[in-house]
Formats: sequence, structure tokens, C-alpha cells
Amino acid sequence: MTSMKTINFNDTNPGDKLPELEIPVTVALITGGAIATRDYFPGHHDKDAAQELGSPHVFMNILTTNALVQRFVEKWAGPQARFKDLKIKLGVPNYPGDTMKLMGEVTDKDEVSQTVTVALAGKNSMGTHVSGTVSLTLPV
Amino acid sequence: MADYEWLKPIREMVGREYGRIIAWDEVNPAMVRQWCEVMGVENPLYTDAEYAHQSEFGELVAPPSMLQSWCEAGFYRDSYAPGSTEDNPYTVLKLIEAEGYPSVVAVNSELTFERYVKMGEKLYYTTRFDAISEEKVTALGTGFFVTLIMSYFSINDSGEDDKVGELLFRVFKFKPANPVARPEKTESGLPKIKRPKPGISDDTRFFWEGCEQGELRIQHCKACDKLQHPPAPVCMYCHSFELDYQLASGKGQLYSFVVMHYPEVPPFDHPNPIGLIELEEGVRLSAQLIDVDKDQLQIGMALEVRFETFDDEMTLPLFAPVSAAAESLT
Repeated sequence: MTSMKTINFNDTNPGDKLPELEIPVTVALITGGAIATRDYFPGHHDKDAAQELGSPHVFMNILTTNALVQRFVEKWAGPQARFKDLKIKLGVPNYPGDTMKLMGEVTDKDEVSQTVTVALAGKNSMGTHVSGTVSLTLPV
Repeated sequence: MADYEWLKPIREMVGREYGRIIAWDEVNPAMVRQWCEVMGVENPLYTDAEYAHQSEFGELVAPPSMLQSWCEAGFYRDSYAPGSTEDNPYTVLKLIEAEGYPSVVAVNSELTFERYVKMGEKLYYTTRFDAISEEKVTALGTGFFVTLIMSYFSINDSGEDDKVGELLFRVFKFKPANPVARPEKTESGLPKIKRPKPGISDDTRFFWEGCEQGELRIQHCKACDKLQHPPAPVCMYCHSFELDYQLASGKGQLYSFVVMHYPEVPPFDHPNPIGLIELEEGVRLSAQLIDVDKDQLQIGMALEVRFETFDDEMTLPLFAPVSAAAESLT
């Protein structure tokens, strides 16, 4: 369960680390995630099609990566945090059998808008799958 | 770097706006709940109406990062909800591709949210071709960074549609530096169904090896001189272990039969007649009957063996009616 407690803006400081989150990358997560985001591109659910594109297996779609980034940040921030943006850069693919470890830390605070910026990265055995920033407003 | 001539019209397209692509579905709790389930998102704001009621929204809202999903084409790619533009916002990528840049990889996805969307809202987006870079050489290959900006709106009855968010989407459209060797495509991805193989033991091996050589070998008891089939470790008459085999002529008659209609199991043809054949040497064996219509099967009809090889790896004795032509040869 996401903690019902939301982190207080005043209790955050640049340098604060988010709890790491390890996500097993499975065929079910990749295909289920693609369909849940209404992305029927064959490379996300059809191994043969993915291999024809030169991939060893189906690969995670961007919208699932976005969702997992949201989950990672929200799990730390709590249900009263409000996303202002979610900006990612895409790296190596997420293939089944791998594990993506998400790490992040607070890098910036804006007192006027009560917004914190979190910089994050999700790494798997091949390198960085996703890196980027999320801005959130937090209650005081 | 000097621009290619073909790039000029593409550069002139920068800033072009593409029309609405409308969501198939209103923002709805079923799609939200299923999304949360798959993604492992447990924030009650999206799925627990009672909790959401106490929030500043007063009701359930959709997860912000789900924004793009609402307007995806879905199962039929490039098929958008009625009222959507016929224009393809990705035209620019097709134009670049035509110049010999076949590959594409997404580089940046930057979502910004004006506000959270509630259940029942109907969304659409419009696209702006924002930028195309100079030709760049990267580890992946050589090509162009293309930036599109999608603006998401909620349809409002008053006519003043309300912007809810934006996506900056940047791709690299390129010639691969190291083209991937594509695996050879099989004629059909489906596995070939093979005929089931017999279990072969030390006691029965001679029989199957005989088939491969076109011989119908029947087990023979050296002690009591009787024949038996199927092969066994011991003589069924005198219990002797002293067994060898004799060659049968392959001629016999139909002692009994059954016709398999159901279930239809590949790779067999159906209906599939199976005979119990009494060889002229006196023993019976069962085998598939071929070259005969099931309605013409008659007890007592003359049959002869035909050795047929399946899947290039297994030879079986099948029986067919003795043809007039074949009879005349003997």
C-alpha cells in the first residue's frame, strides 16, 4: 500500500533520498502495461515481432515507464502530492527477466509554489533505462 | 553542416499544427483501476471514491501519467475516434524515412500537467511539429532529432476547451550505425505437427528397424517355432526367451477395422480407418489403412503392406487393398 501519509513540504530537503524501488520486469508487466495504456504496437506484446525489429524479446513501452516513475515517486510522496510534470529521457530497453531499480533524490525546492523537484534514474542490468525529473507540490 | 536539398520543405513545415485526435473513451474508473492494477500504483486518489471525495477534487481523478493513454488509437493502429483529424502528425518522420533514415527511437517524453482530469471528461490532443535538429552522428547512427508537442484538452460544453496538459515528445530518426541482422523469417511461425513416434525398446527395435529396410519382421520363437505380434520379451506360448524373427510376406486380409471420426487429431486425415490385419503367416497386427474409401472396407478383403516414411525420420507399415494391377504382377 502507498502510505496514506503525505510527506510535508517543510520536511523535505535537497539531497533527501527516495526509498529505492526494484521492479521485476516480466512479460506480463510489459504486455499488460502496453495494453493498459492502449498501446498495441506489436513489439510490446509479440515476441516474434519484437525479434524482427532486432530486439531479443518484447520491450517496455514509454507509457509504462512513465507509470512506473509515477508509482516510484508517489510511493514516497504520498497521496496528497500533486504532479506538475514528469520529464524523462529514455535509455536502454527494459526486457523480460531483468529488474529495474529506481533511485531518486530531492534536488530542488521552491518555497513559493511549495514544489519539490526529484531527479531520478531507473537502471537495469544493461544500464540506465530511464532518467529524468518530477516536480510535485506538497502540502505544508 | 550544409542542409540537404530535400530537408528544405521539411524545415518549412516546422511550426505546423495538426488537428484534433479525440479519445475513444471518456476518462473512466474501469480503465483507471486496471491501469493502477498493472502498474502497481496504489494511491487511493485514483480508485477509492470515498478517499477521493475528501480531496480537493471531491471525486476520483485519473493518474496524471495516464494522460496520453486516453487518446491512443488502440487495437487498430492509426484508427482514431470519429471526429479526429485525417492528417498524420508523424508525417515528418515518414518524409525523413523516405530519404534513407529507417530507424526511430524515442529520446524524451516530457509531460506537464495543468490539472488532474476527472471521470467523465473527454479529451483530445493537437500536435505541433516543434523542431528538427541538424543532422547528428550518435552511437546509434546518423539522423535527426524531431520534436513534437502535443497539447491535451478537455472538451467543454461551453465551447471553451480547457487545456489539461502537454507532452513534449522527441525522437531520433536515423540510419543505424550497425544495422541489426534480422533473424531469418520462417515460412510460417507455426510448428509443424509431426506424426507421433512409437516407443521403441530392446524387445521391439528389430521390428522398427525392419520397417526402415522395407521388411515386415515378425517375432519367432526358436523353441516352439511359433510367431507372435506385437513383439514381447518372452514367447507367449512356451515362455522361452529364445526369440528371433522371420520376414512376413506383407500380404494378408482385413480381420476387423475401426474408423476414427473424432477427435480430429493432426497430422492424420479424417475419417481415419485403422485395420486389424491377419497376415498370411497367421498373426494379426493393427495398422492404418490407406488408399481405400472407408465405405469400401470389407472384412476379409485382401491387403498388402506399404512402407511409408513420415517426417524424414520414421517408417511405418501401412496396409492398402491389393490392387488388380498389383495382383497381376504376382
